[in-house]
Amino acid sequence: MAKFNLKVNGESRQVDVDPSTPVLWVLREHLNLTGTKYGCGVASCGACTIHLEGMPVRSCQLPVSSVKQQEITTIEGLSASGDHPVQEAWIEHDVAQCGYCQAGQIMSAAALLKNNPNPSEEDIEAFMTGNICRCGTYLRIKQAIVAASQK
Amino acid sequence: MDNNYNRRSFIKVTALSGGGMLLGFNWFVNRTQRQINAAGTPADSDWTEFNGYISISSDNVIRIMAPNPEFGQNVKTSLPMIVAEELDADWGTVVVEQASFDTSLYVRQFAGGSQSVRTTWKPLRNAGASARHLLRQAAANAWNVPFDEVSTNSGKLIHEKSGKSASYGEFATAAASLTVPKDVSLKSPADFRIIRQSQKNVDGHKIVTGKPMFGMDYTEPGMLIAMIEHPPAFGLKLKSWDGSRARRMPGIKDVFTISVFPEGYERESFDTRTFNELVVVVGNTTWEVMNARKKLQVEWEPITEKKETVNAFGNKREETIPAGLESSERHLEIMQEMAGKPARQLRKDGDPEKAFAEAARILERTYTAPFLAHNTMEPMNCFARVTDTEALFVAPLQAPEFAERSLSKRLGIPVDKIDIRMTRMGGGFGRRAYGHYLIEAALISQKAKSAVKLVYSREDDMTYGIYRPAYTATYRAALDANNNLTAFHVKGGGFPEHPVAANRFPAGAVDNYLAEGWEMPSNITIGAFRAPRSNFIACAEQSFLDELAELMGKDPIDLRLELLQRAKDRPVGTSNDYDADRYAGVLKLVREKSGWGNSTANGLHRGVAAYFCHNSYAAHVIDMRMRDGQPYVEQVFSAVDCGIVVNPDAASNMVEGAVVDGIGNALYGELRIKDGAPQQRNFNTYKMIRMHEVPKKVEAHFVRNDIDPTGLGEPPFPPVFGAVANALYKTTGKRFYKQPFSAGFET
Repeated sequence: MAKFNLKVNGESRQVDVDPSTPVLWVLREHLNLTGTKYGCGVASCGACTIHLEGMPVRSCQLPVSSVKQQEITTIEGLSASGDHPVQEAWIEHDVAQCGYCQAGQIMSAAALLKNNPNPSEEDIEAFMTGNICRCGTYLRIKQAIVAASQK
Repeated sequence: MDNNYNRRSFIKVTALSGGGMLLGFNWFVNRTQRQINAAGTPADSDWTEFNGYISISSDNVIRIMAPNPEFGQNVKTSLPMIVAEELDADWGTVVVEQASFDTSLYVRQFAGGSQSVRTTWKPLRNAGASARHLLRQAAANAWNVPFDEVSTNSGKLIHEKSGKSASYGEFATAAASLTVPKDVSLKSPADFRIIRQSQKNVDGHKIVTGKPMFGMDYTEPGMLIAMIEHPPAFGLKLKSWDGSRARRMPGIKDVFTISVFPEGYERESFDTRTFNELVVVVGNTTWEVMNARKKLQVEWEPITEKKETVNAFGNKREETIPAGLESSERHLEIMQEMAGKPARQLRKDGDPEKAFAEAARILERTYTAPFLAHNTMEPMNCFARVTDTEALFVAPLQAPEFAERSLSKRLGIPVDKIDIRMTRMGGGFGRRAYGHYLIEAALISQKAKSAVKLVYSREDDMTYGIYRPAYTATYRAALDANNNLTAFHVKGGGFPEHPVAANRFPAGAVDNYLAEGWEMPSNITIGAFRAPRSNFIACAEQSFLDELAELMGKDPIDLRLELLQRAKDRPVGTSNDYDADRYAGVLKLVREKSGWGNSTANGLHRGVAAYFCHNSYAAHVIDMRMRDGQPYVEQVFSAVDCGIVVNPDAASNMVEGAVVDGIGNALYGELRIKDGAPQQRNFNTYKMIRMHEVPKKVEAHFVRNDIDPTGLGEPPFPPVFGAVANALYKTTGKRFYKQPFSAGFET
C-alpha cells in the first residue's frame, strides 16, 4: 500500500492503495465516483474512459502510481451541473438505452470535440470506435456529437 | 372492465404521514424533472398515496412508481406515462421512482418477452383513472357541485360553470379518504395527450452525469467484495482447491467454496445452473480480490452424465446433462448428420411427402448459427446481506419473482423475509432472467457473515454464460410444374433445444406443410437471448423465402404478400399464430417507405425480411454496398406494428438498437467452444459491432392503429438477420447460410 495524492475533478484527493491499482477502481471504490464504469478491464470497450490532462484514457489500464500530478477528470467533473454541450446533446437526442456505456461515450466525445471542434463523420467514427454500446445507440451518439459540435 | 388491481384489493387509499414513503430508500428515487430538481421536492409527510402507483404531494408534485425492471427498454419512462395519461397529470410535474419488488402491489414485475407495456397497460390505466376519479369526487364534494361537472386538465380540477379550479395537490388528502370506484372509464386513444407524444428518458440526466444507478454502483459501509472462480470449461467441475496463498494476499478476508444448487434441489425453469461448485474469494476491494484470485490453486475434473428434474412452472421435465468436453466444430458435424434424419413432428398439414415426391422442382437449404454470449455491458453482480432468517438484495435483474421463489427454496427463508430491490440494469437481453448470481451472493453473504457485493469480471461473465443456443434449420420447398408452391418443410435442431415455431408463417399459407424439431443434450448452458429461437429461425426462414422467390421468379415482397393473402383467405389449419393482415401491413409499409422496386443509388444492394414474434410485426429493408472490400450496411428502413406506440422517439431508439444489434450479431456474433472452453473471453476476442460498422441511417416507421400495445423490445430484432443475409446475396452474389456471416467474407 502507498499513499497517492491525486487531482480529481479539480479537488485534491488522497488514497492509500496498492500502487498497481487501476485508476478505475480507485475512482469507484476509494473515491466513491462510480460514474466511470467497469466493462472489460482490458481497454477494449471504453466504458471506463476518463480524461487525463484533457486526453481520453482507459482508466482500467492506468495504474494509480503512474498518474502523479496529472489532472483527472471523470464524468462527475465534466461539468458543474450536467450542462456540458455533449451532455446536453445526449439528452436532446435521448441517446441512452441501458445507459451503462454512456459515461465513457460522453468522455470520449468531449475529448474528441476539444481537439477537433468540427469533426467529420469519419473523424467521429474513427475516434469513437473504441467505445462499445451493446444496446446499439451508435446512431444517436453520432447525431449528438454532431449537434454538440455545432454549439 | 378488467379492474385488476381492484380485484386484488391492493388499492390502498391512505394519507401517509411522517415519512410513510413507499421506499425509505433514496438511492432508487428519481427526481426526474429538472425543474423539480431545482425547486426541491416536498417532505415525505406531504405525500398522499393513492395506490401502489401514485402519490401526490400537497404542492402538486405527482410521484409515479415504475413497476417493472429497466434495462434500456425505457419502461421507467413509458409505464409512468400510461398512468399519467389516465390521471390526466401534467407530465412536467411528475417524478418517477423505480418500485421495489412487491407482488401485493404490482402485476408481473418482469422484464422479458416484450411484455412490460403489454401486461401492465390495463392495470396502469386503471390506477391513473381511479385516482383521477377520486380527485374529481373530492372537488365535487368540496364545491358542492355534481361529479359530472368537474373536469380535469393537465393536473387541474375545473368546474367551468362556477369558474372554480384547483390543483390535484390541493384535493389529494380529501380524495384519498373516499371510496375507490369499482369501475372507471378509460380515455379513448383519440384523447391521448401524453401517450403517443415523445417524452425524454426520466433517467437521462442521471445517466449523462454518471449518478450511481446500476447494481455495480451500489455500496454500503462495511460491504465486502466477492468474486467466484468457475471451471475453465463446460464439462469440468471442481476437484480440489487450496486457497492458502490467496488468503494471504492483501485485503483478503476469506476463501471458501459454495454449492449453488445442492443435490436434491428441484430446479425451476430459471434456475439454470452452469457450474455448481464455485471457489469464492472475499476481500475489501475488487482489485485486491482480482489479484488474489491469481494465487488460487484449483484442480478441475470431468463431470459424469447426470439426469435432473426441472420444474417448469408445474410441468416437470427430465433434463440430461451429458459428460464430455464439447466443441463447436463437432456440433456442426452433428447438425449435418441430423439434417438427413427424421425428427420429432411438430405440425403437419396435408400430405407433404406426396407433394415433395411429385414436385417439379425442390429447393433445399441448411442454415446454422453459433452460441452467442449476451455480453451485457454491466457484468453480472449482486449486493446481498443475508442471515439465516432474512435477506436483502440490491441487484440488476429481469425476473425478481422467479429469483425470489428460488432464493426462498434454496435458503429456506420465507418470501416475506426476502427483500429484492431492482437497480437499473446495464443491459439484460435475457441474461438477467437467470437468478443464479443472487443465490451465489446470498450463500457468500451467509458464509462470510457480511454484506457482500458479488462482482463478475468480464471474463467470468463471458465464460460463465447462459448462451443463445447453437442452432440449425433445413428448409425444403416443393414447386409444381406451374411454379406453384405445393409443400413446405422445416426441420430445426440445436444444442440443446430446437428453434422451430411450428405455427408461424408460412404455416397456414401452404397446403402441405411439415415442421420437425430435434434436440441434442449439451452441458453448455443456454437460455433466453433477445427474441429466443426467433433470433435464429427468422434468419433461416427469411433467407430461404428470398431464395425461393428468386427460384420462382418473383419479387420477394410480392411472394410473401401472396402467401399472406392465401393465409388470410383460405388458412390451412387452425392454430396459426399470426395475423396475416398485420404481417402484410409491415411489408407494405416498408415497401412504401424504402421505395422498394425503384432503382437504388449507385452501388447499393437491397435485402428485405419480415417476421412476427412476441405479438408484434416487423419488416426491414437493408441497403448494402462494398466498402474497402467488405460488405457494409449503409441504411435501413424499418416498419413495425406493435399497436399503440406509447413513447414514439424511445420506440424509434429501440428499433434502431435492434437493427444495430441484429447486424452486429449476424455479421460477427460467435461464442466458439473448443474442448469445452469458450474461445472468446473478453471484447478483445469477441467481436462486437462498433461505431464505424453501423449504418448511416435507420428509419423506423410504425403502423398507426389503436390496438393495445403488443411489445417492442424483441420483434424488430429477428428479421434484421434475414435482411442482412438477403442484402449480402445481392451485394456479393453469394448466399450466406452460416453465421457469423463475416467468417465467409473474402478477404
